[in-house]
Amino acid sequence: MPIRRDIGSWAFALNRLTAIGLTIYLFLHLIVLGRLAQGPGAYDQFLALTENPLIKLGEWAVVAAAILHGLNGIRIILTSFGVGVTRQKQLFYGFMLVALFIILVFTAKMY
Amino acid sequence: MPQMWNITLRVYRQKENEAPHFDNIDVQVKPDEYVLDAVERAWAFHDATICFRHACHHSTCGACGMRVNGVEKLTCITLIRDVVHDGGTLKVEPLRNFPVVSDLAVDMGHFYRKMERVSARPIAPVAEAEIENPPSKWDPDAERAQYLRLSDCIECGLCISACPVMATTPEYLGPAPLAAAQDNGIQRKPELLSVVDCEDGVWRCHSAFECTAVCPSFVDPARRIMDLRKQVVSARLGKLFGKA
Repeated sequence: MPIRRDIGSWAFALNRLTAIGLTIYLFLHLIVLGRLAQGPGAYDQFLALTENPLIKLGEWAVVAAAILHGLNGIRIILTSFGVGVTRQKQLFYGFMLVALFIILVFTAKMY
Repeated sequence: MPQMWNITLRVYRQKENEAPHFDNIDVQVKPDEYVLDAVERAWAFHDATICFRHACHHSTCGACGMRVNGVEKLTCITLIRDVVHDGGTLKVEPLRNFPVVSDLAVDMGHFYRKMERVSARPIAPVAEAEIENPPSKWDPDAERAQYLRLSDCIECGLCISACPVMATTPEYLGPAPLAAAQDNGIQRKPELLSVVDCEDGVWRCHSAFECTAVCPSFVDPARRIMDLRKQVVSARLGKLFGKA
């Protein structure tokens, strides 16, 4: 954990953690899609699992991670090309506020 | 009688073949002294085997960089009162992302070689200095502009220690070398293009801006890395359209 570090290290850690989470999800997703090859019955059986609260929480986490990672990535792209370099902290806080808002809206719609 | 504080200096210790550990050393310091003074007091009056780097004591040589309470500082200009209180504990550790030679001293060799790879300039013409709000009479063509000045980067390595990307990718050129490449300019030194436009070059930076946060010399490496990216794109586009 980037204790006592500047906000940039937290942004870096957030991007790495969400990236690892999304990569793991991608593999799980491909495994699940592989069940399609075993016929509709096997796939439907898996889909029934999505009503499980833990799986639902996992789905929520995937969407939240994608939003955080995506918006943080836009910040990096902008600063990479000279946009907001001197205001990078505000840029990060701004994008994270937008992310929080989207996540809250998504949470309300999901539950 | 100047005000004295009693503090505990928690010093990182690691000698050859020895497991790293911390020594707690009680020292009396003046709050307006610097962290380096506290380390020197510990060395002079308590344990002469403490190994640390220092030379100029006025933020020019860049030798005394350490982590003070977890954050990179040039200890010769870090006031004790800014980082600890009377009766408190002051933790000093060696810089991260460098091999520890002994205690607080690290091997900077690999870093210096990277600075050489980008032909880092120890001095540069005054006319090329980035000066905020230059005086109205500033004339870069005037005779005085022919003078040279020391480069801002003192090669202290604080940015290398603070950079989270360096911690995961030791091959990464790092903030100071990339800032030095920007200072040279791709246009002036086209051979730098292949050095910085590669897997472990300018694109490896992840915009954490920690280098700029800890730089004691106002080099602003993060901004320079962003500018270097523009230089690289411009040079590549120029080559693509035959302008190089």
